Amino acid sequence: MNSATMLENQLKYVNKAFWRNPASAFFTFAFPLMFLVIFTSLLGHHSIVISPGHTIDISTYYVASMAAYAVISACYNNIAIGLAIQRDSGVLKRTRGTPIPSGIYILGRLIHAVFVAVILVAITATYGKLFYHSSLPTGSSLLEFLVMLFVGALTFCSLGFAITCVIPNADAAPAVVNASILPLLFLSGVFIPITSTAPSWLLWIARIFPVRHFTLGMDAGFTGATFNWMDVVIVAAWGIGGFVVSSRFFTWEPKR
Amino acid sequence: MDSDRSAVAISVRGLKKSYGKFAALRGIDLEIREGEIFALLGPNGAGKTTFVEILEGFRRRDEGDVTVLGIDPDHQPMALKTRVGIVLQSTGMDRYLQVAETVAMYSSYYPHPRPVDEILALVGLEEKRDERVLRLSGGQQRRLDVAIALAGNPDLLFLDEPTTGFDPSARREVWEVIKNLRGLGKTVVLTTHFMDEAQYLADRLAVIANGKIVAEGNPETLAGRDRMLATVRFSLPEGVAPPSQFALVRAANNAYEVKSTKVTQDLHDLTTWALGVGVDLEDLRVDRPTLEDVYLELTAEGTSSATKEQR
Repeated sequence: MNSATMLENQLKYVNKAFWRNPASAFFTFAFPLMFLVIFTSLLGHHSIVISPGHTIDISTYYVASMAAYAVISACYNNIAIGLAIQRDSGVLKRTRGTPIPSGIYILGRLIHAVFVAVILVAITATYGKLFYHSSLPTGSSLLEFLVMLFVGALTFCSLGFAITCVIPNADAAPAVVNASILPLLFLSGVFIPITSTAPSWLLWIARIFPVRHFTLGMDAGFTGATFNWMDVVIVAAWGIGGFVVSSRFFTWEPKR
Repeated sequence: MDSDRSAVAISVRGLKKSYGKFAALRGIDLEIREGEIFALLGPNGAGKTTFVEILEGFRRRDEGDVTVLGIDPDHQPMALKTRVGIVLQSTGMDRYLQVAETVAMYSSYYPHPRPVDEILALVGLEEKRDERVLRLSGGQQRRLDVAIALAGNPDLLFLDEPTTGFDPSARREVWEVIKNLRGLGKTVVLTTHFMDEAQYLADRLAVIANGKIVAEGNPETLAGRDRMLATVRFSLPEGVAPPSQFALVRAANNAYEVKSTKVTQDLHDLTTWALGVGVDLEDLRVDRPTLEDVYLELTAEGTSSATKEQR
């Protein structure tokens, strides 16, 4: 059997299992939209200054950052928690005892997560367009936006694989994942816009990690802010780092 | 090939494996023939799982020669994986897939899979084919484990403690499935710490203790079990003195036992005495040493000799 057929089969089953798991499917899809509605209802009809002389509607801001959040949760959270559970319950070890190449198995998970992320971004953007008349990326900014989207999705998958290396067991998975991502989401202006009054140490920390750069890149497509290719490079560097860590430390057997 | 019972499925010579300073396997020699159900018995920590995982290709050995179906697991793990099926101790699988889907998914990993419906019939899960995995009972999940291991139509099956933690009826279910595999001509290697399981299922077995094989044989004759003395046991009512012509041992308050070389003669003498004094030997029975007795003796010896060596 060739690798492409194997990958196609694998994707089919990963996809089936994903949609049938009410918790993962519902929360992955519901959270970004729910947050979008909550934030825009609480803070709507305001506008914010994202750079000197550039003011946008807050709903547009949240459409962009909830799209970014959706990608992070579909890729980073889902992969890390899902793999930790599969590793603990012995699914990964069982798979390791069959002839499917590990690369195909991992790739199946990764492609599926990116696929879910893209659907979520499309839903968030459509929702924003319909209900908040937020603008959508077009022309060259659409291209930039797509590059950021795919690079970001792959990076957060890769970081999801990497973080499972330090997750001791399935019970600890949600805690470790949330502890590692929630502070960054706040620091990076995903939930609360970062304004000029933000302390510089906070911006400094945010600048080290990939979430801020990914969010800025995603925002640019919606808000018309300047797209900075350096953001893509930094996010990609984190993705490569995650790949190096996971290829060195990833285990298929439960940790004891 | 199937009819050739003497063909070797697994051959192990001088196998050693250590984890740091701890010697998990200290020189194992073993041959398992095609088509037999072979049980590997041993207490927890004896090295069973390490041994089996080396055969499966999950772990690399430190020393010795190992061939499984003519393949060295350290050198050609992929070639081996297409020909063996593995049932691990844990029964983890995707809970949201249906039974038939699960088997089909694993089948898709193999070059020459066995048809899904045929596998489900073998393990008795035809009626559950469209049920989601999360709705299966423990015994049914275990049967699905076996089904998954059969997906690639393997020549050799490894079962690591297939019934640990199961209630008696679930154990029976799984046992019947394993027994049926014999009809397919598959070689089965089973680890267990249940004597009754080994006795019921295995053609041959080996006892492993402290990283060494301490006995090998079939369940009836292991370590000379068939030649060991029978024990006659009985108890007497309060105040009745035991017969004097036997070398009786007082087991409990009024319970006695005697090792017997001539069981028929001894029983005759005993019952004659009992009728003579008018005593009813209600719980009179004759016990052969069980596999468990032999096993406990073997593994206890292993422990004491290991302790000696460590000093």
